[in-house]
Amino acid sequence: MSAVPSTAVTVDVAVVGAGPAGLAAAVAAAEAGARVAVVDAGSQPGGQFWRHAPETVQPAPDGHGHHGWSTYLDLRGRFDAAQRAGRITYLPGLQVWMAQSAGSGFVLRTTAAVSSSGAVPVTVTAARLVLCPGGYDRQLPVPGWDLPGVMAAGGIQAFVKANGVLPGKRFVIAGTGPFLLPVAAGIAEAGGEVLAVLESSSPSAWLPHLRAASGVPEKALEGAEYAAVFARHRIPYRTRSIVTEVLGSGRADGVRTARVDADGRVRPGTGRVYADVDVVGFGWGFTPQMELPLSLGVDTRLEADGSLAGVVDERQQSSVPGLFLAGEVTGVGGATLAVLEGLAAGAAAARPDSNVPVKQPAAIVRHRRFARAMHLAHPVPAAWQDWLTPDTTVCRCEEVTAGEITEAREDLGARDARTLKSFTRAGMGWCQGRVCGFAAACLGAGPGVSPDAGSLAGSAKRPLAAPVGIGELAALES
Amino acid sequence: MNSQQVTITFDGRPLTAAAGQSVGAALASQGITAWRSTRKGGKPRGLFCGIGVCFDCLVTVDGETNQRACLVEACDGMEVEGS
Repeated sequence: MSAVPSTAVTVDVAVVGAGPAGLAAAVAAAEAGARVAVVDAGSQPGGQFWRHAPETVQPAPDGHGHHGWSTYLDLRGRFDAAQRAGRITYLPGLQVWMAQSAGSGFVLRTTAAVSSSGAVPVTVTAARLVLCPGGYDRQLPVPGWDLPGVMAAGGIQAFVKANGVLPGKRFVIAGTGPFLLPVAAGIAEAGGEVLAVLESSSPSAWLPHLRAASGVPEKALEGAEYAAVFARHRIPYRTRSIVTEVLGSGRADGVRTARVDADGRVRPGTGRVYADVDVVGFGWGFTPQMELPLSLGVDTRLEADGSLAGVVDERQQSSVPGLFLAGEVTGVGGATLAVLEGLAAGAAAARPDSNVPVKQPAAIVRHRRFARAMHLAHPVPAAWQDWLTPDTTVCRCEEVTAGEITEAREDLGARDARTLKSFTRAGMGWCQGRVCGFAAACLGAGPGVSPDAGSLAGSAKRPLAAPVGIGELAALES
Repeated sequence: MNSQQVTITFDGRPLTAAAGQSVGAALASQGITAWRSTRKGGKPRGLFCGIGVCFDCLVTVDGETNQRACLVEACDGMEVEGS
């Protein structure tokens, strides 16, 4: 095994992630006078939300199909200026595979996200750390969801933003939450046909939360924009509706759908088939990327959407001194909130000794309230486990079925994600449970029961936060 | 979005892609939706998460195994193989 070349940098503040939260944190910390290093898996800043075509090919993207692009341009301008001034060391194309507390600071070990990229691993030592790893689409398995042509809703959006083309021609988008709207609108604007958007919840689910929603009027405006796109392209938006099965052999070519009640129970006699479907997109909200915060021992809580999030104070500091969290890891709340949290975290991380009490910015409070309302209005349907058949694949990597998992629960008493993993191998493959972790934890908890924080943490704790070569592991010893 | 083209090969077959596109996009936009079989069930797999999380879209790139097709940028002359 050849030695892996690597270098080292030491800074005041390390930021992981260069999406909305990470960019904001880096800019705020640098402008407050700190020396900053930013580690990001992407080859250019923006994260998933502001993902765009490679700047080597398209040097000045116009922001078409993006929201908050002017915010991005502002942050990016400040980010580039801080880089030129030597305040920010930008380390793109690298994933952190291990984060450790060391003395009064932190050490990050990194590996190239794409081995052909030539990105040289850098070991980053920092007095303070701001983690902004974002999140990814949460998935619920359904028969046929492992057929090619089925994608994460956010994956379709990322595909369009980065490549300027569509992964197919005829789409059905299903799941829950406002995010399904921009995904479908983006497909239609790029020339694809959206046969239907299926939303398991109902607009009436927002009624108890109108006060919280009205605190963020720009979201209503955004909703109106999508409504106009849906009308222009005649996209049917079907509420209280789900995909019960993806059809096809060897690849997806259709979906079977049904209407559901408020708990997600299928209404008999409402089945319907959409044929000639190229791509089926699923999104059930988002899962925060918790492995780095968990590996450093932060306190966690269950967010209103049932996912695991890191606890932070009004400075965005976690329970671990010097470790700050911003963006989706503090609870999924969208890009505007992520930027606000990033700015607060970066500024606080730059001035650790300031004991002046700070009040959480009012905008953060308003957006948090909105996010909570959104989570409550778009829950994972309580009865979703009824949609599975025993042979439905749950863990795509290790090909573990729903039947195997429920058997382990009933016969072996495996009720948490960690125990299930050791009995069934669910969550033990390449993705390390990132895709099936939530669903497997639900199945372990049993029908209609939500997994507790312990089970979710068990599934999200990963000894290595990214796959690494033996050479990189061996280099730890030397 | 741009007129520059690159040519890659997939299992020996030449494919053109727009410069800057990912290998996964180059394959999917040519109608190739699967390029890997699972170890246990031999089931076909291609793009799923699209952002480097799921590892479903693994390909071999210029002899280097287990590369995520959704993350690797297609470059002229690149040899891509399924598994």
